[in-house]
Amino acid sequence: MMALTSTDMKGPAAMTLAAPEPGRLAPLLAMLWRDKFASCAALILLVTVFAALIGPAFLTEAATTMNLRARNAPPFEMARGLAYILGGDSLGRGILPRIIVATQNTMMIAASAVLSSLVIGTVLGLIAGYRGGWVGDVILRLTDILMSFPSLLLAMVVLYVFDPSIGNVIFVLALTRIPIYLRTTRAEVLEVRTRMFVTAALVAGAGPLRIILRHILPIIAPTLLTIATLDFAFVMLAEASLSFLGLGVQAPEVTWGVMVAEGRNYLANAWWLAFWPGLAITLVTMSLNLLSNWLRVVTDPVQRWRLERRMPSNG
Amino acid sequence: MAEPALLTVENLSVEFHARGKIVQAVRNVSWQVNRGETLAILGESGSGKSVSSSAVMGLIDSPPGHITAGRALFQGQDLLTLTKDERREINGRRIAMIFQDPLAHLNPVYPVGWQVAEAMRVHGVPPSEARARAVALLERVGIPHAAARMNAYPHEFSGGQRQRIMIAMAVAMKPDLLIADEPTTALDVTVQAQILTLLSELRDETGMGLVLITHDLGVVAQHADRMVVMKDGEVVETGRVADVFRAPAHDYTRRLLGAAPGKLPFRVPDEAAELLLEVQGLVKSFHLRGRFLREAAREVRALDGVSFALRKGETLGIVGESGSGKTTLARVLLRLMEPSSGSVRYRGQDVFAMSKEQVFAFRRRVQVVFQDPTASLNPRMTVEEIIGEHWAIHPEALPAEGRRAAVEKLLVQVGLDPAHARRHPHQFSGGQRQRIAIARALSLKPEVILCDEAVSALDVSVQAQVIELLKDIQKQYGLSFIFIAHDLPVVRDFADRVLVMHRGQIVEQGPTGAVFTAPQADYTRTLLAASPKADPTHRPQRRAGERL
Repeated sequence: MMALTSTDMKGPAAMTLAAPEPGRLAPLLAMLWRDKFASCAALILLVTVFAALIGPAFLTEAATTMNLRARNAPPFEMARGLAYILGGDSLGRGILPRIIVATQNTMMIAASAVLSSLVIGTVLGLIAGYRGGWVGDVILRLTDILMSFPSLLLAMVVLYVFDPSIGNVIFVLALTRIPIYLRTTRAEVLEVRTRMFVTAALVAGAGPLRIILRHILPIIAPTLLTIATLDFAFVMLAEASLSFLGLGVQAPEVTWGVMVAEGRNYLANAWWLAFWPGLAITLVTMSLNLLSNWLRVVTDPVQRWRLERRMPSNG
Repeated sequence: MAEPALLTVENLSVEFHARGKIVQAVRNVSWQVNRGETLAILGESGSGKSVSSSAVMGLIDSPPGHITAGRALFQGQDLLTLTKDERREINGRRIAMIFQDPLAHLNPVYPVGWQVAEAMRVHGVPPSEARARAVALLERVGIPHAAARMNAYPHEFSGGQRQRIMIAMAVAMKPDLLIADEPTTALDVTVQAQILTLLSELRDETGMGLVLITHDLGVVAQHADRMVVMKDGEVVETGRVADVFRAPAHDYTRRLLGAAPGKLPFRVPDEAAELLLEVQGLVKSFHLRGRFLREAAREVRALDGVSFALRKGETLGIVGESGSGKTTLARVLLRLMEPSSGSVRYRGQDVFAMSKEQVFAFRRRVQVVFQDPTASLNPRMTVEEIIGEHWAIHPEALPAEGRRAAVEKLLVQVGLDPAHARRHPHQFSGGQRQRIAIARALSLKPEVILCDEAVSALDVSVQAQVIELLKDIQKQYGLSFIFIAHDLPVVRDFADRVLVMHRGQIVEQGPTGAVFTAPQADYTRTLLAASPKADPTHRPQRRAGERL
């Protein structure tokens, strides 16, 4: 009987274990490089963040100077200088500098709204899912109330009562997106908590905090992250609709959404007014999505091999 | 034999392309089956035992699978080169197949009678005749009140009955050959015996050939005429069942037969050992809500007056079929569920009246190993984190600096390479994963380990190794085991005392030797009779029309 012991021992044993801990960043970058789409996405996001950080300091002047002769100027004409390479808007301001300057507001509103709704929704969802009971019921009924209002209507009511400022826009957008994270989290928690490894941890005497942080959250995080990146685009466009109604960001502040909304009137004869900021929104959203997809693979030990260097031969 | 073989598979090779690599699923496999005989294809998981029959049925997805060589001659026709139309003429009508999981292969939204009749209608039987024959078939496979239950849906039947319905569909067109792929693996032993007997009867009635694919030596010994033993995609041995069991020619077959449980001398319990766990009159009832308001809530007793004791250093085997309440019992013993009444005392202390600190201490002493090691290990943690988690929960058990060395020591102890501590569970085989789960259970040096079907999901040879490991650990630490299983032979070798459960009650308990050699309760006798023995010379005489 003992002669058999070796059969169960083989398997991937020939593979040597990874080299003694190098820096954590280097292998991560190598894995990013392996996914070419994710690398491009990371690059685009880096540029965006860079523009958001230093754009307004250098280009506010260029973005606000009106040149009435350049009203709705078509793109790709070098005659008016680099500022008008993407064309001019209805007041004759260069579109390129405006997009760069608008990055800061756009990113700040979208990122703050998505992050706060993600955090609040996840925490409430974990409570509702893990603890359940009357607390869970109250949380769920509150979300039902929130969800039964059209989100734009809710935003309009709130912004009509309070001042339409950037802070309030963030608050309203975050509030209307909370139910999505909350309901997803709760549903996933209900499933994951019945899994065997959670029971095993319970039997070992693990407390609720450990079970939630070590066993449940890591399993559901990829789903939430994917929703968050998709939500990023939704929030940017919702902010645009609010601004269009005069309840969002107020001129002279500008966001990509505002630019799309402004360009809407000229779609027939000057498509570039709405196209370029729209392209910026699409690119950022797509990059976030690609990067979150990469992140999901990297953080999943079962899938990580897809991005790791192929071992020359592992038996 | 003058008559040519019904189906002959010759030198079949199949390869799969996965992850940029080519995996040879089967190499050069040959076997044949005659009319009226049962051929068993025996193999452990990954041996390729199902691949050749899938090729015969045209069920190999291509890509990723490719048939690279070989023929499958069925009445002079090569099945591997059929067109789709020719294939439809053969599948279902001439060769039929049944699978392990009948629930997955029955459509949940159609009544079973309709589905059985459908199997005939697609081959051109007029609807009214198909329906009449469906009733007769369901009657024949042992569905009581078949005519009345024609319009019932699959979920309204038990697992064994669903498999009977699958068999009715398979034999509806009176096929020449029936391929059964692990038909009873998901079923209880008593039901398994009934299903296998039914298959043998149908074979005798219709004279069809039967190919039985299984991992269970007992099933082969009791129900097959000839057998093919497969390992790593190759046939290592072919022959008559009696001959192979008496004189296995290949090394692997010998080891497989040697690993079959149920041959060791009985263990004798030590009645003087210290009492660890005392269970008194345990009852756990669930209330099922009645339909609408007419019926009152129905009470179901999952545990009904269960009492037993566990002594230090002994193994208590708990045997029962599905629905016997053994899982509920495990959950109550682990304090994951409160009983409706009765008490569990651990070293004299009532487990359900403990303070928070006492529960925490209790958690250190009582550990668990579950059935499915894949599900019970967090896929996102490394082996080191999984084993070390218990020390993070109970930091007083081991100072942080000693943990890495302790993990390596535990891995060596359960027979794994300590260099693999940084790997994730998916990089190990099923048996290795169960070893990790055992290492985790050992990390806090417990007094009792509860094994809930801990070896049921493993191959026979791996099963033997894991039990060997558990015995070593028991000897070394004086551990007590509560060993829950549905498999009698495994319990026979490992347990000091056995407790047989049926419908929430203990129908019999006593020293293993007494329970196995002189069972008192009827149910124990049924269970022992139904459990297939890995010995073809002890076939029970089948009485005509017998239904267990």
